[in-house]
Amino acid sequence: MYFRYLRRELAGRRKQSIIIAAGMALAVALVIIVNSVAAGMSNAQASVLESVYGVGTDITVSQTPAAPGEGDSGPGGQRFDFDAGAGTTTDGTTTVNQSRLEAARGTSTLDAAALTTVQGVDNVSAATGTLSLSNTTFNGELPDFSQIQANPGAGGGTPPQGGPDGSGGSAFDVDSFTVLGIDPSVTEVGPLSSLEVTDGRMLDTGDVGTDVVVLDSGYATTESIAVGDTLAVAGTDFQVVGIVTSTTTGSDSASNTYIPLDVAQSLSGLTDQVSSVYVQAASATTISQVQADIEKALPDTTVNTQADLASSVSGSLASASSLLSTLGFWLAVLVLGAAFLISALFTISNVTRRTREFGTLKAIGWSNGRIVKQVAGESTVQAAFGAVAGVVIALIGVVVINIIQPTLSATASTAATPSDGPMMGGPGGPMMGGAADAASNAVDLALQAPVSVVVILIAVGLALLGGIFAGTVGGWRAAKLRPAEALRSFA
Amino acid sequence: MYTLTNVSKTYEQKGRTVTALENVSLEIPDGQMVAIQGPTGGGKSTLLQMLGALDRPSTGTVQLGESELSTVSDAALTRIRATEIGFIFQGFNLIPTLTAVENVETALEPMRVSATERRARALQALENVGLAERAHHVPTEMSGGQQQRVAIARALVKEPTVLLADEPTGNLDEDTRDDIMQLIETQWKDRGLTVILVTHDTAVAHRAERRLHLTAGTVTELVNA
Ligand SMILES: Nc1ncnc2c1ncn2[C@@H]1O[C@H](COP(=O)(O)OP(=O)(O)O)[C@@H](O)[C@H]1O
Ligand SMILES: [Mg+2]
Repeated sequence: MYFRYLRRELAGRRKQSIIIAAGMALAVALVIIVNSVAAGMSNAQASVLESVYGVGTDITVSQTPAAPGEGDSGPGGQRFDFDAGAGTTTDGTTTVNQSRLEAARGTSTLDAAALTTVQGVDNVSAATGTLSLSNTTFNGELPDFSQIQANPGAGGGTPPQGGPDGSGGSAFDVDSFTVLGIDPSVTEVGPLSSLEVTDGRMLDTGDVGTDVVVLDSGYATTESIAVGDTLAVAGTDFQVVGIVTSTTTGSDSASNTYIPLDVAQSLSGLTDQVSSVYVQAASATTISQVQADIEKALPDTTVNTQADLASSVSGSLASASSLLSTLGFWLAVLVLGAAFLISALFTISNVTRRTREFGTLKAIGWSNGRIVKQVAGESTVQAAFGAVAGVVIALIGVVVINIIQPTLSATASTAATPSDGPMMGGPGGPMMGGAADAASNAVDLALQAPVSVVVILIAVGLALLGGIFAGTVGGWRAAKLRPAEALRSFA
Repeated sequence: MYTLTNVSKTYEQKGRTVTALENVSLEIPDGQMVAIQGPTGGGKSTLLQMLGALDRPSTGTVQLGESELSTVSDAALTRIRATEIGFIFQGFNLIPTLTAVENVETALEPMRVSATERRARALQALENVGLAERAHHVPTEMSGGQQQRVAIARALVKEPTVLLADEPTGNLDEDTRDDIMQLIETQWKDRGLTVILVTHDTAVAHRAERRLHLTAGTVTELVNA
């Protein structure tokens, strides 16, 4: 009787049933899609962070940049010093070839003892230090400056001769690439965790102290260098043992070349110095404790967690994801609330229209409870139909999103970490970006919206709750009717 | 057996007190057929509601068999309606979405009756009112007379002791009216029911054993001429 009556009622009021179910369906679909897209955005954000900071890294430690003018080893222009005797001079032209390996622009280094300190912090499961360097080679011909010095104040005198153009000019080029000193023995955290070998091999523990280099595949291609060739770093020939690709696009952990840390330190003169320390915490829950402990132990450093870094992600991804988490959430709440309300109002108006029906049923002996059960059952089943339709709509919507894959751009700003952009050279010497400018990494991502069963269950649960709510309100109204009044209004 | 003692019923309407029944005292023995006549607003429907356990009097008592309807709980009133009393209405009051047989079955819903037995009894009740072949039609597919027959089947399927009818022929044409009255009389005689029916129609009222007249909430006995 119960289900037959229920079915007959819903079928008999098909249009109204469809409106209520459609409202619920919309609400359910919206809740699922908003959640799914939000999850997709947060995955995207995580992958942006991973691409910048590497997999497995929970915390990075770097030297807090010193105020300008304070330190002398800090950021600043790079200079080449050529004394008069530099290079070989023939025909009034000096040929110069100098190579320098220095800390990358915008970086400060910290003492390697910091690594030991970090490793001593509770719940640190792995830590490694890297040294970001840049190798700049000056290669060119200069006029013989000694001529000029030999004729001081000779107004209208002989113009300088020599030089590549024979009239005192100069021709040179400046070539530079980034060099990252890494500890070959630490693979679980830091750059090695995000490098993949495409040819040759990775640096390993046997390479400590030897002049071997691994090249980024992009750099190797542009420079036409292969495994087995040599590459000059700071004037020393390094054996190329491997070609790698980085799974990260960021600045710290991706470099043109990779050499053993100790070799990097000695060649650059930065003995016992590192640029960054990469830290992996024992578990996600210990990250903030590890961060706090490191900050306490190393007060002059900047300690960043992935969560801090997440706030540095900007661009359409960040705005979309913040839009979604605020607007999308409220929109879903609003639609859900509206669906509840519509459902309750329709149920109440339906009950009011059926006053005579319920009065009659009361007159023939139906209890209030039985009538409430009937009304609640009707609206719950209606909501259930809506929920099922909503899940179907949502799944279609998510599939469509995953087919379209809207592109989001994300920019992760990495303050005080070096850029691997090309260096500029020009007449008068290399022009270097001076201050520790914030570098940023723009990444384009295709949005993938995952669907979670839990979210579906929650959305369906909410719809059913709405149905029960509407039914209870309507049923309560029906039960409140005095049977005599129910009959009288139509007698 | 109904025993009404000093029953009054007042309604509060827009700050005004309306007296629908005033000091009605009345006995209706089991198996009697009573017709209630009177002008509109005289209190006929109100009296029927007191008898049908749909409402309680403002003052006075309504005794049905062992039960004192003015004091028992709502649940007990519901129980009495479900088992003791069959109701038929001027407007038939069938559930529009249910078929004839399903409408009849609603009366057995409050009882502990299996679905098969319920269906069998409902079909039997429809047969008793001559509507077996209409069992699977919905109300809109039936004439007024047929709908009222379904309503009578619904009222009688639970085998009540009392049948209450509020102007059961009020919406029917003359031929159909006679059919329905004939049916009610037959059921009354066959079952030994107490039948109390409200009617405007003197011809209908004359078929009853006893006639009451209700004006301004006051009952008078009419004696057949
Ligand atoms: N629920 C109610 N609220 C207010 N007044 C009512 C109510 N029911 C009946 N009345 C009044 O009580 C009187 C008797 O009504 P009723 O019993 O329906 O008369 P009848 O059925 O004889 O036409 C009328 O004046 C009517 O307006
Ligand atoms: Mg009336």
